[in-house]
Amino acid sequence: MKKSFWKNNAVQSLLASLICILLGLLIGYIVLLCINPAGASGAIMAVIKNFMNYSRASLQLKNFGATLVKTAPLLMCALSVLFAYKAGLFNIGAAGQYTVGICASLYAALAWHWSWIACMLFAILVGALWGTIPGLLKAYCNVNVVISGIMLNWIGLYSTNMILTKVKETTSPYTFHLATENPSAILPTLGLEKLFSGNDKVTLAIPLSILLAIAISVILEKTRFGYELKATGGNPNAAKYAGMAEKRNTILTLAIAGALAGLGAALMYLTDFEQWQCTTSSVPGMGFSGIAATFLGGLNPIGTIFASYFIQHITSGGAFVDKTMYCSQISDLISSLIIYLCGFVLFLKTSMNSIIARNEEKRAAAAKAAAQAEGGDR
Amino acid sequence: MLLLVQYTLIFASVLLLVALGGCFAEHSGVINLGLEGIMVIGALGGALMMRYAPAGIPAFALILLVLLCAIGFGLLYSSLLAVAAINFKADQTIVGTALNMLGTAAATVIVKAINTAANPDDVSSTIQYVNQKKAFIINIGSFQFNWFMVIAVIALIIAYVTLYKTKFGLRMMACGEHPQAAASVGINVLKMRWAGVLISGVYGGLGGICYILAGVSEWKFENGVAGFGFLALAVMIFGQWKPQRIALAALLFGLFRALSNVYTGFDLLAALNIPGTVYNMMPYIVSLVVLAFTSKSSRAPKAEGIPYDKSMR
Repeated sequence: MKKSFWKNNAVQSLLASLICILLGLLIGYIVLLCINPAGASGAIMAVIKNFMNYSRASLQLKNFGATLVKTAPLLMCALSVLFAYKAGLFNIGAAGQYTVGICASLYAALAWHWSWIACMLFAILVGALWGTIPGLLKAYCNVNVVISGIMLNWIGLYSTNMILTKVKETTSPYTFHLATENPSAILPTLGLEKLFSGNDKVTLAIPLSILLAIAISVILEKTRFGYELKATGGNPNAAKYAGMAEKRNTILTLAIAGALAGLGAALMYLTDFEQWQCTTSSVPGMGFSGIAATFLGGLNPIGTIFASYFIQHITSGGAFVDKTMYCSQISDLISSLIIYLCGFVLFLKTSMNSIIARNEEKRAAAAKAAAQAEGGDR
Repeated sequence: MLLLVQYTLIFASVLLLVALGGCFAEHSGVINLGLEGIMVIGALGGALMMRYAPAGIPAFALILLVLLCAIGFGLLYSSLLAVAAINFKADQTIVGTALNMLGTAAATVIVKAINTAANPDDVSSTIQYVNQKKAFIINIGSFQFNWFMVIAVIALIIAYVTLYKTKFGLRMMACGEHPQAAASVGINVLKMRWAGVLISGVYGGLGGICYILAGVSEWKFENGVAGFGFLALAVMIFGQWKPQRIALAALLFGLFRALSNVYTGFDLLAALNIPGTVYNMMPYIVSLVVLAFTSKSSRAPKAEGIPYDKSMR
């Protein structure tokens, strides 16, 4: 018998994600209605439209590019969370690994005047080291990775503020501009800016992050390491019993996850799109949005590409809401609602399957009855 | 020195309250990673009450109203975790994380909306409570006594008695250790877990309002509570899920947190010339070290984090 279309796991994941998005937007809309009913529809449309809020095509393209620039690091953070989650580790420390990645790439670029590739590799290395710490603590001391990750997020934030203060402008809390201080550290655009009406912040970062998503997908699906990783995630004791080095895998997984998040930071800050503010008092949200993208993407690297774009799309869209009535945090609210709803995905899938099973039973019973009726006629 | 004691006690009260909340949830079998979000929402409830309370209200009534409001908000917010984790068997880590993000985002949106409605030019996410705060504080010489220190001690006693001396507490702990066995003797596991999570909401909400009243007299809700919910979880693990040990652990962590506020007052520490940022990092570093040494022989409830499945019996 042909496998039902609705039984396909990918279809179900997509459907569940779409339900989460719709419900998230709906609840967000209700919140807007409660705050100020007059502008609610306009505001939710502004969030959904993002760069389409501009009427001129060139401006639209330029701002589409800006959304993509921020999608690349978000995708890297999401891949970091995803990769660790496959091994049963919840890498909430991605935010901290991202932060130390910022610190490494900017310090190497501004204090040592390294070229972009060296800065990027340094960010990867530091991110990996930052990820190794919870890995070691988990493997040898059984420390919960969520708690050690959060602690390291804050330690990373304070260290970054302290270190980057050495390369900041004297009159403001922001670090130097790469363009004036060290243009060789800016990522090459590969001519991509022509596609986005001259937005020169659109760089190598975007194709690179998509390629890495595909690479992660291959590693997870086609390699022995990926298989061991998923086995360890499924049942650590069984994996250990089957001769897999579960301690080594735990450490390696978190190191790779850290490297991905660190690279994400380099892909963001080496475009000179933003400078680091040395008085930042909370951990950058990029890592946490990465969690949203991971689960919205149905825990699939390719799905994560689209989910990352969607999350960044509504986050950027938040800037367009009418500031006299609402604030841009509306989009944070919507994306956190979406993560909350993603917790129900398992339940959604189970109920989808039980509906399918019930329908099939009914159909089978009907077919049987029809067959009997036919038999009676003869 | 007196200032250090004062800050240590108040931060220890926060950590104690929130850690006890986490303790209740985990003993019932649910890992409450959303404590941070619950703290923010509890703080929001209390702060809103302080803002809208009539001016001439007696101090005692104000304290009571603020506490009730923080408790109510925390309770309601924790039910979001309960319904997802208990009834829908959702992944408790995801839901907890979502609640943390949602707490800060929702509080920011709400406070900003209130501020902007009152004054269109005001886009801050700050609530001020300079005068209202005075109700919570009694000056004894140069020592600022805060009512929350008493509340924390009462909460500790209540937690200890509930968990170890009542039928309810012992049954709840059974649900965290072996829910199927508990169910087989007629305990309603789902109800017990709901109770555990809701109690953690009450404690978390109290901890939240206590945190924003600890040092400052206005609060910017965009900042959340700076990882305090997770520090409290570290306190709980260090305290091996036992209320009396949690209290001692909270004092230790409170001391390190207090140092970052008052280190300049000590000649010795000031002479070391360590940047202030290092003191800010201290509580987090200490908790990592402490966790590294205490997590190995963990006394965590056996069934925590696993949704209750009737058919596993």
